Amino acid sequence: MNPSPNFNLWLIPILPLIGSAINGIFGRRFSRTLVSTIALVFPGAAFAYAIWVVMQFAGLAQSQIPHIERLFPWIEANGFRADYGFYLDQLSLTMLLIVTGVGFLIHIYSVGYMAEEGGYYRFFSYLNLFMFFMLTLVLAHNYLLMFVGWEGVGLASYLLIGFFFLKQSAAQAGKKAFITNRVGDFAFLLGMFTLIQHFHTLDYDKVFAAISRMPIETGVGFLTGSALLMMVGATGKSAQIPLYVWLPDAMEGPTPVSALIHAATMVTAGIYMIARSNVLFLHAPFALRVVAIIGALTALFAATIGLVQNDIKRVLAYSTVSQLGYMFMACGVAAFSAGIFHLMTHAFFKALLFLAAGSVIHGLGGEQDMRHMGGLRKLIPWTFWTMTIATFAIAGFPPLSAFFSKDEILWKAFSDQTHGSWVFWLIGWITAGLTSFYMFRLWFMTFFGERRQPVHNEREEPTGGVHPPGSGRADAGRQSGVQHAHSAAAAHGDDGHGGHVHESPWIMLGPLVVLAIGAATAGWLGIPEALGGHNKFDQFLTPVFHTSSEPARSAENFASEPQKSESPEENKLLELELAGASVAMAFVGFGLAYLFYFRRPELPDRIAARFNGVYRMLLNKYWVDEAYYATIINPIVNGSRNVLWRTVDVGIIDALVNGAGAASKGLSSVTRRMQSGSIRSYAGWVALGAASVVAFMIWMELHP
Amino acid sequence: MIPLSWYLILGAILFAIGVASFLIKRNIITIFMSIELMLNAVNLTFVAFAAHWHQVSGQVFVFFVMVVAAAEAAVGLAIIIAIFRTRETLNVDQVNLLKL
Repeated sequence: MNPSPNFNLWLIPILPLIGSAINGIFGRRFSRTLVSTIALVFPGAAFAYAIWVVMQFAGLAQSQIPHIERLFPWIEANGFRADYGFYLDQLSLTMLLIVTGVGFLIHIYSVGYMAEEGGYYRFFSYLNLFMFFMLTLVLAHNYLLMFVGWEGVGLASYLLIGFFFLKQSAAQAGKKAFITNRVGDFAFLLGMFTLIQHFHTLDYDKVFAAISRMPIETGVGFLTGSALLMMVGATGKSAQIPLYVWLPDAMEGPTPVSALIHAATMVTAGIYMIARSNVLFLHAPFALRVVAIIGALTALFAATIGLVQNDIKRVLAYSTVSQLGYMFMACGVAAFSAGIFHLMTHAFFKALLFLAAGSVIHGLGGEQDMRHMGGLRKLIPWTFWTMTIATFAIAGFPPLSAFFSKDEILWKAFSDQTHGSWVFWLIGWITAGLTSFYMFRLWFMTFFGERRQPVHNEREEPTGGVHPPGSGRADAGRQSGVQHAHSAAAAHGDDGHGGHVHESPWIMLGPLVVLAIGAATAGWLGIPEALGGHNKFDQFLTPVFHTSSEPARSAENFASEPQKSESPEENKLLELELAGASVAMAFVGFGLAYLFYFRRPELPDRIAARFNGVYRMLLNKYWVDEAYYATIINPIVNGSRNVLWRTVDVGIIDALVNGAGAASKGLSSVTRRMQSGSIRSYAGWVALGAASVVAFMIWMELHP
Repeated sequence: MIPLSWYLILGAILFAIGVASFLIKRNIITIFMSIELMLNAVNLTFVAFAAHWHQVSGQVFVFFVMVVAAAEAAVGLAIIIAIFRTRETLNVDQVNLLKL
């Protein structure tokens, strides 16, 4: 490492930590201006420093990548050693820019969004703390340090979801997120243990070098086992089946938090981890296939739920789960660079969607139910236009960002000979249509038509996610609320609650505009060759993944594998056809949403009435929460209550403690009589003792 | 010559009397005197052994014991007088303020 220059990478994570510490410890006495200054300066400095690092990185020779900086030994035990050190290659560089850049924009936005909220300093302290852990996660040079960041972002997420901790549902959602993540983290830990068991190290470079010397596993061996365990960890953090349930409920947090943590950065940690472990996964094809299946299923599953949700943030939450499914699927078909590409474009457009949704909510004074919105286009034009860009981007309209990244994934899923399959493509394609539909549904319901008034008597809390079983009644009410809302739209004028819609201040709109530019143009980094580009992004990441998404080159790399039947030209034609199919699907989604929510707004209710069963199933999110309650949570709670508490704790542990107390009390009630306080009785005891010692010695003399 | 055992038996008898009266008697001065009696019983054994083994260390010990006993007598009697002045009794069973 010596010829490599020292970038002092440790500065990047430490800067937000300093900001967090200052605000967390002294922030209570600071003015809001000072708090927000501190909260912005430190992540901003981290971002600026990251850009400097990028420029330095460009000057590194190929042999100096990955660039590793070890600070000090952290754990040394029995031959195992983990350093506190940082690892910089193309992948972590990309993540670094996403986290600091998007994170900084969201910090700026939060200053405006949170201006009226209590606990201002606390919020920014948590936000900076999150940045610290996320940067640790992406820069760590071994799995153990990554795990520190991994747990840390979980903590920050918990703190921020439960930020309005006086609200019962927010506190519950925080707990839910924390515990669900813990399940995944446990698997991640086990995965790390198996790696230690075999390689005695967790450093990326050493582990990957060791794995790449091993043959590719055909059956299910230890590589597959540890890869699967890692994958379960990733499903927790990246909200995949079966551990996705926490993310929709995480919408209880303030909207910037949803944007930062639950859309742009933290949830991508699982994708990052799988992409980082690409060597491991490529040597375990079975695990890779499982990743692809989970990703595809999650994408489709979450998208169908997103179709009928009425809370604006909740739609976006399911959309996030669905898009993360895409990324998972991309990793599963060994298109890691495509997954990371989508991760990057997603960071832009999803952060933008959430922040714009936050701006809508802010403008309406806290209203989150789309049935009570409508016609906002003229009232909040900046929000409308940025949101429009993001909506068209996520739906996959060229030339906006997600068109390129999503197409890359679909193309890889279709074309990769070893890992892909047309089934994945088909699921992804259908999901693209669903995505387009629910996003335009949101767009039309929010910005077009007439302003709909809230239905006061049906007013249930907008984000009821952490329901115990039996929440069906609330949902039934919600369903009838749709009809009321629609009929009420014409009847009532623009009066009463939320009548004065206002555009957000510039400190919120500025980040929106910057993100909108990103959402529109980020995809141009990876224009595939079929469309006349060079896919720079893919080439940039090629050294990390040792594979390229361009089929010609992968054929060279795997010369032993069966050659593709098509020539590169035919491949390009096929890729163009698939891209055309995706765009067509996006138009279909747009058209259906236009028909349902703009031209004939009474249609959705009729369809919902016709397919009542399906509609209710989707509205209730396939009753997954209820199923988890019935199969896992309630048995655990009951078991804890009856077995662990009433039997083990009360019956055994408390009994032991109380028994020890009672026994010593009984014994001392006898012996305490010896301590009478009378000197003469003590003297008598002493004399008796002395006499018995003498007697004993005499007796010993007599009987030698 | 009187055998050693006679001295030792006398010492033991004196000591036993001292112990018994220490335990039985109520008057502080009597208790005090019984302590002196025990000390002197030990002194008797010391000098008996010293004479028997022709060693001087026993004699020296006796002097130490006598010095300590004198000092103790001075302090002890002063305490007794102080107690009598405040409590107007020398009965140990009534001097029991520290007893639970």
